[in-house]
Amino acid sequence: MSYLEYTVRRVPTGPAKVLYLNWPLLVLVATAAAIGFVMLYSVAGGSMSPWVEPQLKRFAVGMVLMLGVAMVPIWFWRNVSGLAFGVSLLLLVGVEFFGDVRMGAQRWIDLGVIRLQPSELTKITLVMMLAAYYDWLDIRKVSRPLWVAIPVLLILLPTALVLTQPDLGTAILLVAGGGIVMFVAGVHWLYFASVFAAAGGLVTTVFWSRGTSWQLLKDYQFRRIDTFLNPDIDPLDAGYHITQAKIALGSGGWTGRGFMQGTQSRLNFLPEKHTDFIFTTLAEEFGFVGGMGLLAIYALIIFFCIASALGNQNRYGAILTLGIAAAFFLFFAVNMSMVMGLAPVVGVPLPLVSYGGSAMLVLMVAFGLAQSAHIHRPRTRA
Amino acid sequence: MRRTPKDTAEGARIVNRRGLILGGAMAAFSGLLIARMRFMQVEQADEFRLLADENRINIRLVPPSRGLIFDRRGVPLAENEQNYRVVLVREDAGDVGEVLARLQRIIHLPEEDLQKVREEIERRSPFVPVTVADRLSWEAFSEIAVNAPALPGVAPEVGQSRIYPLDQDFAHVVGYVGPVSDYDLTEGYLSEDTDPLLQIPKFQVGKTGVEAKMEHDLRGQAGTRRIEVNAQGRVMRELGRISGRAGDNIRLTVDSALQNYVQVRLGEESASAVVMDCESGDLLAVGSAPSFDPNKFVRGISVADYRALLENDHRPLHNKSVQGTYPPGSTFKMVTALAALEHGVVEPDETIFCGGYKELGNRRFHCWRRGGHGRLPLVNALEQSCDVYFYEIAERVGIENISAMARKLGLGERHDIPMSAVASGLTPTKAWKRENRDTDWLIGDTFNSGIGQGFVLASPLQLAVMTARIASGRAVAPRLVRPLDAGEPDPEAPLLDIDPAHLRFVREGMYAVTNSARGTARASRVVADGIRMAGKTGTSQVRNITAAERAAGVTRNEDLPWDRRDHALFVSYAPHDAPKIACSVVVEHGGGGSAVAAPIARDIVLQALYGGTPPLDAYPTSQRGTIRTRQDELPLRDPSSFSIGRIRA
Repeated sequence: MSYLEYTVRRVPTGPAKVLYLNWPLLVLVATAAAIGFVMLYSVAGGSMSPWVEPQLKRFAVGMVLMLGVAMVPIWFWRNVSGLAFGVSLLLLVGVEFFGDVRMGAQRWIDLGVIRLQPSELTKITLVMMLAAYYDWLDIRKVSRPLWVAIPVLLILLPTALVLTQPDLGTAILLVAGGGIVMFVAGVHWLYFASVFAAAGGLVTTVFWSRGTSWQLLKDYQFRRIDTFLNPDIDPLDAGYHITQAKIALGSGGWTGRGFMQGTQSRLNFLPEKHTDFIFTTLAEEFGFVGGMGLLAIYALIIFFCIASALGNQNRYGAILTLGIAAAFFLFFAVNMSMVMGLAPVVGVPLPLVSYGGSAMLVLMVAFGLAQSAHIHRPRTRA
Repeated sequence: MRRTPKDTAEGARIVNRRGLILGGAMAAFSGLLIARMRFMQVEQADEFRLLADENRINIRLVPPSRGLIFDRRGVPLAENEQNYRVVLVREDAGDVGEVLARLQRIIHLPEEDLQKVREEIERRSPFVPVTVADRLSWEAFSEIAVNAPALPGVAPEVGQSRIYPLDQDFAHVVGYVGPVSDYDLTEGYLSEDTDPLLQIPKFQVGKTGVEAKMEHDLRGQAGTRRIEVNAQGRVMRELGRISGRAGDNIRLTVDSALQNYVQVRLGEESASAVVMDCESGDLLAVGSAPSFDPNKFVRGISVADYRALLENDHRPLHNKSVQGTYPPGSTFKMVTALAALEHGVVEPDETIFCGGYKELGNRRFHCWRRGGHGRLPLVNALEQSCDVYFYEIAERVGIENISAMARKLGLGERHDIPMSAVASGLTPTKAWKRENRDTDWLIGDTFNSGIGQGFVLASPLQLAVMTARIASGRAVAPRLVRPLDAGEPDPEAPLLDIDPAHLRFVREGMYAVTNSARGTARASRVVADGIRMAGKTGTSQVRNITAAERAAGVTRNEDLPWDRRDHALFVSYAPHDAPKIACSVVVEHGGGGSAVAAPIARDIVLQALYGGTPPLDAYPTSQRGTIRTRQDELPLRDPSSFSIGRIRA
C-alpha cells in the first residue's frame, strides 16, 4: 500500500492524532515500567539510587520519543526502514572496533551523550527492514526461494555480527524475531518446517563440535548450557545464577515474602538482580500473584498490538506491529524461561522492567512505531 | 509499487491469519510459563523457602562460660575475665598486609606475633576469624572499634579468658587451660569427645589438673546463635539465640590459705606436702614446690619461660604430691608392724635384739644406728626407727602380707582424685618381681621392703592416706571435690579390717617418735594444751654412698651433690588422741626426715589445726625464738586475697 492509497482513506491529521493513540497500550507500557521502578527501588534496598532515578529519566525520555515517533506518519518510517537498518548494521560493525568491553562482551558504543547497545537497536530496525521488504514485495512472490533468501540474509547479517561480540541472547532474538516477521508475512510454512529440522541438526552438530578444533561456541557458552541442563554440577560457580534464581523464585510462594522482604535479593544471593534477574525478585517478593500480574500486563500489551495489527489494512504497519509484538514477547519469554530454569542463561533483560538504557529506549521507540501504525492505519470513509 | 486491491486484501488476510496463529503460539508459551511458575511457587514453595533459609541462616556456636573453681570456703581459684581481642577474617580483609599495617598503627604488635598471625591466616579457610591480638586494654579495644571502617575484615570481640587469682598456689591442683590441640582431639583425652565447641579454633580446654580431669563438668553446653548472612557471608543480623548452659562450678576440698602456707613453707625446696582430713578424707592442701604461674600458660607462655621451667632441676612442672613416687623409707615401718601384728608373728611386747645389723648368709643388713639399739619392743622400735627389728619381723611375716597390708592402707593404689598423672606407686610382690625383674624374690628384698626401701614406692598423697587410715582406723579415701551444697554429713568411712589394739600400738609408737626422749623427731614435737602430734620420720636412699666416696671422706649425706642426697620424709597426724589432720611431707634430696621434713610437717599441721598462724606456745620453749622469726619471715599471701567469692550452683 502506498501513499496514494491513503488519499482515498481517512487518516487522522494534526493534533487530533493524540485522540487516536492506542491508549490502552500506552497505559500498559507505563504500568510495566512502573513495576520496574518499584522492583528497582526494592533491590536497591529501598533507595531511589542507584537505579530508580536513571531509569525514571530514561523512561521520561523514552515516553517523549515514543510519542514523537507515534506522531510521525507510518509511511515515513516505512521509507526510512532501510536507512535505519543500514545505520544499525554500521553501528554493529563499529562496536567491533570502538566498543567497550563490559562483563566479557563487546556490546557498548559510547556516543558521548548516551552509551548505546547497537544490538538492541538492531532488534527493532531488523523488524522495520523486513516489514518494509514485505510491504514492497509482490505478495505472490513471498514464498519464492529467491525472495525468501533475501530476508534470510538480512537476518543473518546482523546475527553474525552480534554473535562475534559475543551475544548469544541477542542473536537468538534476532533470528527468532526475524523468522516471526517472515512467518506473518506469509512465507510458506514448509520453509519453517525445514528450518526447524535443520536447527535440530545444527544443535547436534554444535554439541559434536565441542572440544574439537572447529568448536562452534565459546567455552563459556557451552558451560552455560551445561549448567542449564544440570545446575547442580557446580552450584557455587557457573550454576550459581540459575540455582539462586530458582530458589528466589520458588521461595516466593503464592503471595510472596512482601515488598523489600526478599532475602535472596536483599542479601545479594541473586546475581544481576537489577537487570536480567529482576523477575526473580518480583516473584520472590510478590509471589505467584505478582509474577502473574506482570505476565498479564505483558500479555495485554501483546494482545493490543495484535488487535491493532489485525485491523490494519496497511501491510507495513500490520507486519511491523506484529514484529514488534513478537520481539517484545521474545524478550520476556526468553528472560522468564531463563530465570525459571527453562532456558540457559543467555543475557536477555526483562522488557521495560530491567535496569538498562538502550533496551528501554529501543522498546519505547518500537512502541512508538506501533502507535504510529495504529494512528495512521487506513480507515474506510464513513 | 502499486498493488491491486485483490492482492492487498489477500495480503491482509494472510497477515491476519498468521497473526492469529502467532498470538495463539504466544498464548500457549505463556501458558507453559504460568504452569512452570505455579509448579515452582506453589507446589515446590516450601522446598525453595527452606533452601532460601539455608542460604541466609547460619548457626554459630556461642561458647558457654566455663565453670568456676572454688576452694572449700568459696575462695575463687579459677575465674573468667573479660578478654578484649580483635579477629581478622581474610576474605573480608582483602589486602591482609595492608590491614595489619593499619592495625599496627593503633596497637603495637610484636613482629614475632605478627608473623604467627600471618601464618595462621594463610593456613585457615578464608572465612575463619583468626585472633590477631588478645587481652587488649579497653582503650585500644575501643579505638579499634571506632576505626573499624578503615579496617575491613577486622572485628573487635569480647571473649572470656581464664584467670587463676592465686597463681602459683594451685598450679598443680587446678592446672590450667589452653587452646584445644590436634593432639587432644586425636590421641589426647578429648579424642572421644564430639562436642562441636572443640571445632572452634583456639577453644580453651583444660590441659592439666582439675581443669582437665573435670573438663566435662566445667565446659558447659554451647549455645547457638542463628544469624542471617548475605551471599558474601557477612553477618546481617541476629535472628535468635538458644542460650547454652554455663559450665558447672566446682568446689574443691582444699583450703586456699593453708595451701598458700604449704607452698610458701616448702619454699624453694623440691618438695611436696599433702594435708588430709582424717575423718572425711578431704584434701586440705596438696602442695608441690617449686611451682609456676599457670596464667602464663593461658596467655601463651614464652619459649624462654617454658625452657626455664623445663630445665629447672627442681622440676616445677612436676606435680610431686601425687605424681612423684619415692621409696617411703621408715615411714613404711608402720605397715610392716601392722602386717606382723595382724599375722601374729610378733607380740607387741616381744623384744628383738638389734646389734647394728642382721646377717643373711654372708651379707649384713645394717641398722641406721651402727652401734645397734639393743633389745627393744615394737613401740620403741618405731620410736627409734630400728631397722633390724623390722628386718626381723618382715622376714617373719613375708612380703606378700606386707604388701597386702600396704594396699589396705592405701599404698599401691591409684586414688580417684581429679588431678593429672596420679601415680599408683608400687607394693611389690613375688609375682611382680618375677614379671618385671625376671628374677626370683630374695629374702634380702623382703628386708629392704620391710623398711620401705628397695622396690616399694609411694606418693606423698598415698603416705597421707596411709597416715590418716592408721590414725582413724577407718578406710578414709582422699577427696578433692566437695559437693556445692553442704547437704547431709558424709557417711563415715568403713572401719579398717585391722585389730584396733594393733593400731593403738602403732599409734603409740608414732606418738613416741615425736614425743618421747629418744624419739627420732622429738625436736619437732608439739606442746600445746591438749594437742600432741604423732609422726614417723623416713629417709629414702637415692643411692648408696660408694666405697670410693667413703674412702674420699664422704660419709655424710650433706657432703654429696644435691641430686644424690637422700629424700627426707615425714608423716604425721594430730591431735594424737583425736586425730583430725594427717600430713605427709617429702623433701627431695633434703637429707634426713627428722631434720628436714618433720619441722615442715609440724608447722603445716599446726597451721591446719589452728586455721591460721598457731600460737608460739604450741612449740617447745627453746624453739620459740627461731619459730617466731620464721613465722614473721614467711612471705604469706595477704588474707584479703582469700576473699570469698559467690558460689553459684
